[in-house]
Amino acid sequence: MATHAHTDAVHDDHDHKPHGWRRWVFSTNHKDIGTMYLVFACTMFFVGGTMALIIRAELFEPGLQFVDPQFFNSMTAMHALVMIFGAIMPAWVGLANWLIPMQIGAPDMALPRLNNLSFWILPFAFMLLLGTLFVPGGAPAGGWTMYPPLALQAGDSFPMMIFAIHLMGASSILGAINVVVTVMNMRAPGMNLLKMPLFVWTWLITAYLLVAVMPVLAGAVTMLLTDHYFGTSFFAASGGGDPVMFQHIFWFFGHPEVYIMILPAFGVVSEIIPTFSRKPLFGYESMVYATAAIGFLSFIVWAHHMFTVGMPLAGQLFFMLATMLISVPTGVKIFNWCATMTRGSLTFEPPMLFALAFLFLFTIGGFSGLMLAIVPADFQYQDSYFVVAHFHYVLVPGSLFAIVGAVYYWLPKWVGRMYDQKLAKVHFWLSAIFVNVLFFPQHFLGLAGMPRRIPDYATQFADWNMVSSIGAFGFGFSQLLLPYIIIKCVKSGAPAPARAWDSAHGLEWELPSPAPFHSWETPPSAAVIARGAEH
Amino acid sequence: MATAHAPAADKYYVPHGSHWPIVGSVSLFLVMAGAVAFLNDWAGGWAFIPGALLLATMFFGWFHDVIGESRSGAYNHQVDRSFRMGMMWFIFSEVMFFAAFFGALFYARSLAVPWIGGEGVKVFNKLLLWPNYDPAWPTNGPARIGGHEDGTFQIIPAFGLPALNTAILLTSGVTITIAHHALQAGKRTQLKIFLAATFVLGFLFVGLQAEEYAHAYKELGLRLSTGIYGSTFFMLTGFHGLHVTIGAIMLVIIWLRTLKGHFTPNNHFAFEGVAWYWHFVDVVWLGLFIFVYWI
Repeated sequence: MATHAHTDAVHDDHDHKPHGWRRWVFSTNHKDIGTMYLVFACTMFFVGGTMALIIRAELFEPGLQFVDPQFFNSMTAMHALVMIFGAIMPAWVGLANWLIPMQIGAPDMALPRLNNLSFWILPFAFMLLLGTLFVPGGAPAGGWTMYPPLALQAGDSFPMMIFAIHLMGASSILGAINVVVTVMNMRAPGMNLLKMPLFVWTWLITAYLLVAVMPVLAGAVTMLLTDHYFGTSFFAASGGGDPVMFQHIFWFFGHPEVYIMILPAFGVVSEIIPTFSRKPLFGYESMVYATAAIGFLSFIVWAHHMFTVGMPLAGQLFFMLATMLISVPTGVKIFNWCATMTRGSLTFEPPMLFALAFLFLFTIGGFSGLMLAIVPADFQYQDSYFVVAHFHYVLVPGSLFAIVGAVYYWLPKWVGRMYDQKLAKVHFWLSAIFVNVLFFPQHFLGLAGMPRRIPDYATQFADWNMVSSIGAFGFGFSQLLLPYIIIKCVKSGAPAPARAWDSAHGLEWELPSPAPFHSWETPPSAAVIARGAEH
Repeated sequence: MATAHAPAADKYYVPHGSHWPIVGSVSLFLVMAGAVAFLNDWAGGWAFIPGALLLATMFFGWFHDVIGESRSGAYNHQVDRSFRMGMMWFIFSEVMFFAAFFGALFYARSLAVPWIGGEGVKVFNKLLLWPNYDPAWPTNGPARIGGHEDGTFQIIPAFGLPALNTAILLTSGVTITIAHHALQAGKRTQLKIFLAATFVLGFLFVGLQAEEYAHAYKELGLRLSTGIYGSTFFMLTGFHGLHVTIGAIMLVIIWLRTLKGHFTPNNHFAFEGVAWYWHFVDVVWLGLFIFVYWI
């Protein structure tokens, strides 16, 4: 086929940027789509954060102050759904979009139009989900886990929630397929798998997890829908079904989902720590294998979310031990990061501060996770604030800090300007202090017996709840600094060099700042790859 | 191929912008919003219909553009590989969707139902809750949900229509393979005949499934609402039937394309993508035949 001349002719049409709204709505550009994902995630982060502050305002003192219990329950369910599917996951997909093509020497994602579809499904999905706040019966109030039979008792919000989840799932699956194909097919010649930056590796494994489990969630919520409207008996014992079965199917999705939100964070931290330690990453290959091991183990630990629901002893033992096994590859990662810093010449720019806070605080979340894995102990902790404290430690100073760290690390590359590092450090210290004020007392509350998802509580829990609420408002309002710093950077930051951090490695730093509209029009040369892929 | 001088194209291909993705998003939203309105008895369920039409338009238009670009020679080898990998991973995600329902079947059949019947430590279910319940599969549960007036129902024996349907689908797997070989050998007439035979068999399968459903609903007391057996039976075979229908429509499309002279012996990704999809629905059916109908 005489394709070549034609290909070049086709290309020449697209090297200039489209303008106006078409640039965004019809976009096939990984950077523009990445930007839309990140802006969307940031918006949803503040929506979900507002819900969190409503929760913490109500819990500031015992008694019912501001909202009625039904609405309070809606807030806990919606806060989780919005933060997971609206903030954290889209933020990671946005970062994947921005970074993966640049880091593997590709011009764009492999399937750019599909990429556009993946993004543009999301605003519509969230119109459905947030629309539930305004329908008869209010928003879903049975928890984000949607356990039947409680979830089936929702009002008109029920099908909206189900279809919103179908849409989010479709978006995630398409996005994940795109990442897998991009990494497997679009790497520059010479960019072997074991030369890829760890962010790419962790995202590759994340994408596998997404393709494997998002359809399972779709199946689970479809069964909920048919149980509600079409007379099936999947989750009704009277018809031979079992409500516990929903929990098994849900958590078969739900546990890999946890790693979907944290594995890319491991990748980001593995990029930031070597740069600011001025040393190559310690144990690159073991990091890759540990990530793969965590990905595999994530499929065989789901029932630790439901120990108290009743299951055979052999099942409890298996899931307890399999869960504890995860601490081995996770430990490999933690120690590798520590070894990377050992004898490094460390400096503490904002990305490094967030990465270090991740290292300490995620480890706390990991340890409380280990405590929760112990079946007899879990019987005490189940559904208490201890669980809330645990997963917020891995999600907020874990995933979220890594996302913020990533933004501070790559922002100069994206916009070609340096941001106000002093202000970013203020943002960091406010975040790091308030996040602990917010979540650490929740361990005490949980161990003392305070249940989660309640709008009122016994007076012995009053003090720590007040502390936690103060932390929440401090944390929430200090996050407003993030968009301010970004906008200020875009508008008036000082120009940043191509290699914004003096010892940053990776192909993205070989591109000018800001990166060109199509990252690599032609594959980078072997010398550039060799320079970029020094671990 | 003209690009053979470099392992990957020396200049990457990036498609131009397209309005089809946003049309797809809007149509999906209309479909979902219409379905919500319908289920909630709100006004506005009609939104489903323009949504579905728009969705069909999106598929038609998007594929029309891609086919045009492909035939104009705009795509290089790398783009072809991206499409292939994308299709494979899409099929894998479909496999996992079916896995959820197979998982529900296995869980209900080998754990939930025996437990309801009082197996092992769940003996109090038998003693206190449902003393008269016999936890044998097939079942519609201790409350005998659905079924005939007296709560009973019959099932469809494996070695009747389902066995015939198995033969039909397996044969269609053979015919599409013959069609593929014919395409690679440049035997266009053979290609057209065997491709047509494949979708005819596909629609025949769907027709017989419909026949079977009607029989189950009218005479056997086996309905979607017939307890866990009806739930798993109809959701599994129903989603499978939907996928066979979609696959058969895809087969018709590529057949029409062969009539228009599309596809060359070494450039026919769309054909292969559809063939993979067809084998996927075939394999799912084998699982259904064994675990739903037979054992």
